[in-house]
Amino acid sequence: MSEAVLATPLRSARAPGRDWLLRAALVGPLVAWMIAFYALPVVAMLLRSVAEPHWTLDNLLRLGTDGVAMHVFLITFRTAAIVTIATAVIGYPVAFALAQMSRAWANPLLLLILLPFWTSVLVRTYAWMVLLGRSGVLNELLRWLGLIDQPMRILNTSLAVYVAMTHILLPYMILPTYSVLLEIDHTLPRAAAGLGATPFGVLRQVWLPLSMPGAAAGAMLVFVLSLGFFITPALVGGPRDMMVALLIQQQVDLVNWPFASALSAALLLVTLLVLAMVHRLLGLERVLRGGRR
Amino acid sequence: MDSRLKRVVGSAAVAQTSAVALAGAPIGLIDLEKRFDNVGAVLGLSLDIRAGEFITLLGPSGSGKTTTLMMIAGFETPSAGEITIDGRSIVATPPYRRDIGMVFQSYALFPHMTVAENIGFPLRQRRAPAATIRAEVDRALEMVRMPGYGARYPRQLSGGQQQRVALARAVVFHPRVLLMDEPLGALDKQLRDSMQLEIRRLHTELGITFVYVTHDQEEALVMSDRIAVMDAGRLEQIGSPEELYDRPANRFVASFIGESNFLSAIAVGTEDGVAWSDVCGQRIGAAAAAAPLGAAVTLAVRPERLAFADGPQDGAARINMLRAVVRDIVFVGETTRTVVEAEDGTMLVVKQLSRAGPRRHAPGDPVLLRWAVEDTLVV
Repeated sequence: MSEAVLATPLRSARAPGRDWLLRAALVGPLVAWMIAFYALPVVAMLLRSVAEPHWTLDNLLRLGTDGVAMHVFLITFRTAAIVTIATAVIGYPVAFALAQMSRAWANPLLLLILLPFWTSVLVRTYAWMVLLGRSGVLNELLRWLGLIDQPMRILNTSLAVYVAMTHILLPYMILPTYSVLLEIDHTLPRAAAGLGATPFGVLRQVWLPLSMPGAAAGAMLVFVLSLGFFITPALVGGPRDMMVALLIQQQVDLVNWPFASALSAALLLVTLLVLAMVHRLLGLERVLRGGRR
Repeated sequence: MDSRLKRVVGSAAVAQTSAVALAGAPIGLIDLEKRFDNVGAVLGLSLDIRAGEFITLLGPSGSGKTTTLMMIAGFETPSAGEITIDGRSIVATPPYRRDIGMVFQSYALFPHMTVAENIGFPLRQRRAPAATIRAEVDRALEMVRMPGYGARYPRQLSGGQQQRVALARAVVFHPRVLLMDEPLGALDKQLRDSMQLEIRRLHTELGITFVYVTHDQEEALVMSDRIAVMDAGRLEQIGSPEELYDRPANRFVASFIGESNFLSAIAVGTEDGVAWSDVCGQRIGAAAAAAPLGAAVTLAVRPERLAFADGPQDGAARINMLRAVVRDIVFVGETTRTVVEAEDGTMLVVKQLSRAGPRRHAPGDPVLLRWAVEDTLVV
């Protein structure tokens, strides 16, 4: 509210077209870069799905009839959904606990959460392979404890994919949730308790609804990133855990560029649909700004 | 829980009788202490708050008044001492079972709920039936003169309206105690004045115990039955607004409530109940207990009790006189403040109603101040 009050006089004081040139000069290089090295290649790549070998819709139509493609999309969605739910269930309590702590405690813990960001996804995936393998740390531990006789098959299963992806994507859930939780006026839960709400009632009626934009932003990030995950499912998943990105890569290997392009187009469309849905439900600009009005 | 529910459910039907039955609860603070990291915020505070009274905790920031309020509400745990309501200790009771209404300076309205949902919140926690909630919310809205605002969101209301909603929410469940933490701090002067009268009216209507925290002495004087003046975690004085103004117990209270001129004096004796002392070679009388002969004392006089004498001849028996020189004259609208300097260099302020016409004095003029012995305090 105060933002709007402050912004109004500033904006009206400024002559409308005066600094148009300055703004163009500031934004121009980035826009040019994005057009030349991002937008054009993407359009060119997407065009291949309808322009090769000749102008046709066959590649796109094949998506609907190709059983493998449909199945892979289904697996991709299921994986993304499970990982999103897992990060929310694990991440929200972490963000909540961090938000209740003093900064002196929260900051070093946040650093620990951010630490994995500075190591490559490949390294983290290999770490999970070491942990989950047949003679990996987990199996050795369970055997030493006498809980199992034979090593379990964990690596190269769907479970391994969920575990590794949840770990890798967890910070994307925790950070936006934490930042929104921090901005909630701390007299609100206090007021709720004073008015008779039990601790659980305060969580359900005050913290959860007010932090929803942050959790939604986190969930959206995790879901969209999951849809395009490649390395992790390829390395820790089994043959039945093929996700769209992997299928695209296979098609490229087979020099089947038109179909790879059609798959990419579908993935892009699905991602945009998810964003549109979030926008309809919560207002995208509000979610992206972390719940501030 | 049961009795609370019954109270909520029953109150809609028998509003008249319930108002009597639910009159305010007495609150006892006994040797209350609060330390944060071993720094004392409240130090041995004992206070008997009477059932149904409007008491204000008044003090500068850091005086411990808000900490005291938070301990009554249950948001802070006392380091030592006891808090009772109706004679029963509540220290171990969590805030959500204390049944105390609270209004925060920031209003603390839930931004994701409408006005009606905000006001109905305490009733929903007590599992009141929907019909009761609707009736009570409407009644509460009417009480704060905002009928028809139920469907709006807090952000669509002005600061004054938000504070009214916060008030309605704090009393809708018929608590026997209402705590207010500088509720008018964020409002402008005019709105503050009208809200002060509104809150007083609410207090009369509800008949429950109000504990009000403010650093604004004028607010405290206007609204309270009694004022507890606090400084540095301790109670300095408690009394009615008139008592505190006319008979401040010490220098802090004399300067914090209203304005005071302070004079350094030497006690010279007592006679007919008047304690005489010497200020710059002039005998000044005060209505107070005797100080030991020769002791240094401080006298206090309110600026509006000082007047300019035309000459020494009108010096009656119970009138004090003091020579001074005018240093500055400040026009403040309805009053004019004349700053004068006594012979020992002490600066005094004389406050008079402003008059039309040329000024009586100019800087540098010698003047004779006069005031009644009864208006002189030893602090």
